[in-house]
Amino acid sequence: MIKHLRILGLFWSTSLAAEMEYRTNLALAIITALGNLVGAVFAMKLFFIHQKTLGGYSEPEAMVVLGYFVLLSGFANTVMVQNLSRIVTHVREGTLDFVLLKPIDSQFWLSTRNCSPWGIPNIVLGLGLIAYAGWQLKFDAIAYLTGVIALAAGLLMLYSLWFSLGALSIWFVKVQNITHVLYQLLEGGRFPFTAHPTFNRFFFTFVIPAAFLTTFPAQVMIGRNDFQQYLGASNIGLYLIVVAMAVAMFIFARYFWRFTLRHYTSASS
Amino acid sequence: MRTFARKFRVMLVAHYALALTYRAEVFIWALSGTLPLILAGVWIEAGKSGGRPLEPEDYARYFFCTFIVRQLTLVWVVWEFESDVVQGRLSSKLLMPIDPMCRYLAQHLSERVARIPVLGLLGGLFFVLYWEQMRGWRPGLSDLGWAALAIVGTFALRFTVQYTFGLLAFWTERAHSVEQLWYLPYLYLSGLIAPLEEFPKLLQQIVLFTPFPYLIYFPSRVMMGGDLVHFSLAQGFAVMLGWTVVVFILQRILWRLGLKHYSAMGA
Repeated sequence: MIKHLRILGLFWSTSLAAEMEYRTNLALAIITALGNLVGAVFAMKLFFIHQKTLGGYSEPEAMVVLGYFVLLSGFANTVMVQNLSRIVTHVREGTLDFVLLKPIDSQFWLSTRNCSPWGIPNIVLGLGLIAYAGWQLKFDAIAYLTGVIALAAGLLMLYSLWFSLGALSIWFVKVQNITHVLYQLLEGGRFPFTAHPTFNRFFFTFVIPAAFLTTFPAQVMIGRNDFQQYLGASNIGLYLIVVAMAVAMFIFARYFWRFTLRHYTSASS
Repeated sequence: MRTFARKFRVMLVAHYALALTYRAEVFIWALSGTLPLILAGVWIEAGKSGGRPLEPEDYARYFFCTFIVRQLTLVWVVWEFESDVVQGRLSSKLLMPIDPMCRYLAQHLSERVARIPVLGLLGGLFFVLYWEQMRGWRPGLSDLGWAALAIVGTFALRFTVQYTFGLLAFWTERAHSVEQLWYLPYLYLSGLIAPLEEFPKLLQQIVLFTPFPYLIYFPSRVMMGGDLVHFSLAQGFAVMLGWTVVVFILQRILWRLGLKHYSAMGA
């Protein structure tokens, strides 16, 4: 474990150093993140020009959901997008052989090797938006604590989903666009889960767990339970379900990777 | 001119074959156009509670149109061009007796044909999911005709703009950052996230002079049918064409400057 942490430190410091070559990109990333936040808030406000609530959420409550969305997209950009597009390159060019030969877990290597600082502004701004809306809604410390745990479960889910999709590259090779598809589908997480029509709610709960990534952490902070009529669980029961789901997805991702590896037949020589 | 047409036809066929070899990829790309499906749902629900500028049915139809427009006008030339410059592949393309732009153009156009089955599939999903709102939709023939013309214009504008960004690769290794910056106002002001009717009045007026609404809102709104409130067809086409011409001139200037600057690294 200590060894892994030390290696993680090395991985990230080297890839940060490499990215720092493009210093204008940092300025660009900050501008992009700011612009994105303004745009996202603007898009959300459009609903509230003519209405008081969106799917039963008031404006600041909807902003908490949006805050989680921005935060998660920052996380995705920082650790996931780059690594997973590299998996595709490794498979296509046959360099995955070298990764598999290294005396370290291949999943660990592939999902942590790169780290891009360009998602960090989004993480900061997402947290800022949650804090601002939280201040308007007067959240207490317990709300923040439950929010953090729900967020951790969300991150684990997102990672597992992403890695499982990345593992598909062993079969389909040219799937670097898969991150785009997932990203697009996760867009549903921009809005409170209850703002979607019935069928889409089902989809965002059971197929793409976008509802658990953004609406769930937001609603535990707000102290409402919109999933009750779908999952029939109280808030605490729901909490356990979500955490169990996150762990199950992680275990699945792990086994799925091993399973796809068995079908890996190298490329080139 | 005849020989040019023949060359271009050959390129189209060749790129079509290429696109078909990566059918799964085309399929996945098309899948990434699901945003209108999600947004349609949210807006229909919001529209049901009343008091909005459009009816719930209009939202379903509007977002269906944005889906079609977006699928038909997707452009990624900045990434292609950038990697060609950075890896030196552009050099061999420059030796061919035809402007490299034609090749990228052919690639984009052919891919569109390979995309049609997916267009049907996802478009069908629209009707399945939002049947209640979609079934009464009878787009007029003249609306569709004008929309087709607008879509061609949209593609021309988007391709011209992105190719211009791509040319910056002569000077910087990451030309696509500029495209990513451009993508922000595009995402929020083009009408992709909401029809312009939803915008505050003043913003509507300003945005109509920028190129953004002509990339999604204008063709979609024309295709959707009904009365155009904020502008006339002629006005829309004029602004769209104006921007295309301006950017095209800029692009030709950049092309000349860039070629002088190009050092064909890597090749």
